[in-house]
Amino acid sequence: MLPRNLCPLIKSSYGFALTDTCPFFAFSDLIIGETTCDGKKKMFEIMQELKPVHVMQLPHQKSPFSFDLWVEEIRRLRSRIEEALEVTIDDDDIWKAIDLVNREKQLLKEICDLNQMSPPPMSGIDLLTVTWSGGFSHDKEELIQMLEALKNKLASMKIEPEVAQKPRVLLTGCPVGLGSEKVIRLVDELGATVVAMENCTGYKSLELRAERNNDDPIVALAEKYLNIPCSCMSPNPYRMELLGRMIDDFSADAVIDLTWQACHTYNIESYEVKKQVKEKGLPFLHLESDYSSSDEESLKVRIEAMLEMTKK
Amino acid sequence: MITIGLDIGSVASKGVLLSPDKKFSIVIPTGWSPRDAGEKILAALLLQAGIERRKVDCILVTGYGRVSFNGAFRTVTEISCHARGVADLCPEARTIIDIGGQDSKVISINEKGKVLDFAMNDKCAAGTGRFLQIMANTLGMDVGELAAFEDPSATVGINSMCTVFAESEIVGLLARGSPKGGIIAGLHQSVGKRVATMARRLGVKEKIVFTGGVALNAGVRRALEEELKSRVFVPEECQFTGALGAALLAAES
Repeated sequence: MLPRNLCPLIKSSYGFALTDTCPFFAFSDLIIGETTCDGKKKMFEIMQELKPVHVMQLPHQKSPFSFDLWVEEIRRLRSRIEEALEVTIDDDDIWKAIDLVNREKQLLKEICDLNQMSPPPMSGIDLLTVTWSGGFSHDKEELIQMLEALKNKLASMKIEPEVAQKPRVLLTGCPVGLGSEKVIRLVDELGATVVAMENCTGYKSLELRAERNNDDPIVALAEKYLNIPCSCMSPNPYRMELLGRMIDDFSADAVIDLTWQACHTYNIESYEVKKQVKEKGLPFLHLESDYSSSDEESLKVRIEAMLEMTKK
Repeated sequence: MITIGLDIGSVASKGVLLSPDKKFSIVIPTGWSPRDAGEKILAALLLQAGIERRKVDCILVTGYGRVSFNGAFRTVTEISCHARGVADLCPEARTIIDIGGQDSKVISINEKGKVLDFAMNDKCAAGTGRFLQIMANTLGMDVGELAAFEDPSATVGINSMCTVFAESEIVGLLARGSPKGGIIAGLHQSVGKRVATMARRLGVKEKIVFTGGVALNAGVRRALEEELKSRVFVPEECQFTGALGAALLAAES
């Protein structure tokens, strides 16, 4: 149904829905989508054949007009949820949810920041498991407790001192999940560590909070979400600023920009990312791949060669 | 000190033995078993040099078969090895174009042979030795003969990048009566264009050195020079730069 050379993330999310292999999709009454890219936007149209889908029209620039539009989009979502689930959502409910998510994100950031240490307490796969798995937890209070326990455990964990010798890789680009972790796994296997991930499944939005100093929680949410440095935003200076800071904070030795096939905005923005990384004097590798394992050998040579560049 | 560098490629395996006063080099087809090819070439090198294996201080292996060879002291990617080998043969080199059996790569290096940046072809055969080999088959020729038969004055442009589609395109051209020499020149141009695009994206600095098995083909070199509008140098030992680099890195480790 979808074109073969579409981004694998879009194909995979639609595939999960179509083949009824995602329990979250099966149990849901309403699917909420957004227009971060053209591929998703059009896929959501087709997905409506399977379930009711509500698509939020995300503006792609930060301007007063865009902001007003985005505020309206969030209000529209609120009504749609109230209608579809026969509930009422008042401002206080939203503030409570905001507080909860802020606590979760703060903790997650503190855990990710532990990898600024040398040796880092988490391998790339550990880091991915932590940041990715939280998305599947519907009980945020329970999740926060688990994150709290994990943070304390990691902070006091004894790490082999040799781990400090490993090259430290910063990963940026498209979202990565368990199932599409091949590049992170290859980096680990080749004797290096992905110490941080500046992507949607990593650090990208962890600094952003909906702030209580607004009167209207919807406006607070709009501010937060419009600030996310997704490559669909044009221009997207905050991503470069964040990357620059993360390179320093996590003492990165090299940067890998992993983009999925046919993800035009991330693929094109790789040009800016390369400039930013080169300015810092670090080796940079742009990998364009998909969810299959067919290119693992050639990815390996590229990653290994980049790691060799960090040594001399 | 005696060191050996082995470069086990997809089509050919290359070996270089460095002793304090001499250099030996050998190339054989890899065949289906990269491990056997590595063993074979090691034995041949030792025989040629008249040296026992236990006298060898370090064996460093590179190329896609580097992981399947058991006797390696170390493995290093072909990117670092080519850089080291070319820096030894040609210290003025700043850009390396290496075209092998299944890969083409462009490497930027500094005066010490340190890799500054690199780019490699995608997972398809376009712009590699494999592309030329399959086209040679279609034309009923050996890949080694292509350069001698090309006619750049009658170049027939080949539009398909995909090896399978290019094959059909050639079948069509032959049916239409296009001259073979012109088609061959077009094939060289196609490889040249593909690799030059990759090089320009990385940034081309002189001196440009062309290595790998495909560097033996003067037609591809001509095409690269035309595309890059710059001289492209092919060292006599163009096929051995990876193995030489490996042997040199072995001596330095």
